[in-house]
Amino acid sequence: MKTKSPVIKIVPKIRDVSIKVSDKTMVKTEEANEFLVEVANFFLFLTRTVREMFSGSFEFKEFLRQCHQIGYKSLPLISITGAIMGLVLTIQSRPVLDDFGAVSLLPSMVAISLIREIGPVITALICAGKVGSGIGAELGSMKVTEQIDAMEVSSTNPMRFLVVTRVLAATLMIPLLVLYADAMGIMGSWAGANIKGDVSFILFISQAFSAFELIDFIPAVVKTFFFGAVIGLVGSYKGYTAGRGTESVGVAANSAVVLSSLLVIIVDMIAVQITDMLI
Amino acid sequence: MEQVRNIANMDHQHKQAVVEIKNLRKNFGSQEVLKNVSLELYNGENLVVLGKSGSGKSVLIKCIVRLLTPDDGTINVLGENVSSLKRNELSELRKKIGFLFQSGALYDSMTVKENLEFPLRRIKKKMPQKEMDEKIAEVLENVGLSDALHKMPSQLSGGMRKRISLARTIIVDPKIMLYDEPTTGLDPVTSDEISLLINQVQKKYKTSSIIITHDIECARATADRLVMLHHGEVYKDGNIEDYEKSDDPFIKSFFKD
Repeated sequence: MKTKSPVIKIVPKIRDVSIKVSDKTMVKTEEANEFLVEVANFFLFLTRTVREMFSGSFEFKEFLRQCHQIGYKSLPLISITGAIMGLVLTIQSRPVLDDFGAVSLLPSMVAISLIREIGPVITALICAGKVGSGIGAELGSMKVTEQIDAMEVSSTNPMRFLVVTRVLAATLMIPLLVLYADAMGIMGSWAGANIKGDVSFILFISQAFSAFELIDFIPAVVKTFFFGAVIGLVGSYKGYTAGRGTESVGVAANSAVVLSSLLVIIVDMIAVQITDMLI
Repeated sequence: MEQVRNIANMDHQHKQAVVEIKNLRKNFGSQEVLKNVSLELYNGENLVVLGKSGSGKSVLIKCIVRLLTPDDGTINVLGENVSSLKRNELSELRKKIGFLFQSGALYDSMTVKENLEFPLRRIKKKMPQKEMDEKIAEVLENVGLSDALHKMPSQLSGGMRKRISLARTIIVDPKIMLYDEPTTGLDPVTSDEISLLINQVQKKYKTSSIIITHDIECARATADRLVMLHHGEVYKDGNIEDYEKSDDPFIKSFFKD
């Protein structure tokens, strides 16, 4: 039987203590160190972005271009996704509600689910994929092809021109896309309700919002601004800090999607907890 | 030959240095890229910086515009110490410096016209649109690409991208031009055209230029003076004749034909 060598060996001496650390432990330590450095860099980037938002001139034209890019160009994807979300939710929920004889609650149940949780989170996740990766890849390729450096030497602040505009556009456009997705979801739900029934649109809408209060609506909208900010910020950070090779463009896009999706879920969890405490 | 060098040095004593680099050091981790580099760029001259790939040429000019921060040494540009400038002061200084990037660095999402307007709108904020359009037409004519106004960078060839990039750089009338490998990746004919353009820019816009290259033909065509970097240090400083007649094996390896 083999004897395992100790991972950590503490050798007492007269005055001090020597610690032998294995290579594996060293690798783990370096990984932890890299992670902490990355977190620190992200917060420095966030601080710089906020500072640049409130200093100097605002790049309004670029902001509008980004709103068009992030908002308008995402409409087809959000339309289809939103409508299918509502349709599927309705079709899946009907049998369960039918068992309890509560089919009449279907419109309000779907509306509350969509507006409070499913609409914001699914839309934000889709935008993390589409918008986050787009920003990460665009800024990453600008870094690789020295376009960000070119901006810097032509006396333009690239943080203000590239990052601030994208973060603000995402913060503004994602909530609008979520509202649009909610509306499309309710339309899809109405279509779903009509597969096995006959409900007029007016009746469906009045039933959908009968159990709905403004207080249900506000937290759901407020958290979408944070989703937008997270998606814009993470995409910009990953792209802006991309390495020099072409491979890093792919890495930036990929990690932007992964990290922003994760942060959307975490922000949602925090928002739900806060809402639960306040209401 | 020494006499030629002395005459050249005497000339320099009468010329004003627009860029003065003293004891510049730059490391990347444990790798020493620039070790104690000192050189001057004099008013109105084309200074070619020669050297092998990885000898620190590009790092040198990126330090001049503070895209990279030196570890040690001083860089004075137009009488100002680049390292000690505040952000807004650096921005003002950069308005007087044109930088032609190796890749051209044209903004992919903008047309040629928008690329040319971009620095103008930021550096010459009060310029009326009509004057701006005239300036764009002028620089495009200077680089021989008047018909490329509404094209996207993706529709341009490598040589055309370099020309448009040069046009974008000269449009703000810089006093100093920094060229990072202006002929890399271009065919010999286009390389000659770019070299010719560099000389035309020097004459027409009265610029002082640092041209980073390992293309000897470009160096021959454009250099008033050459500095060779080797292992991050200035290996030789002189004019083209000095280099061509040198018996040094390293220098001869550059000037084979």
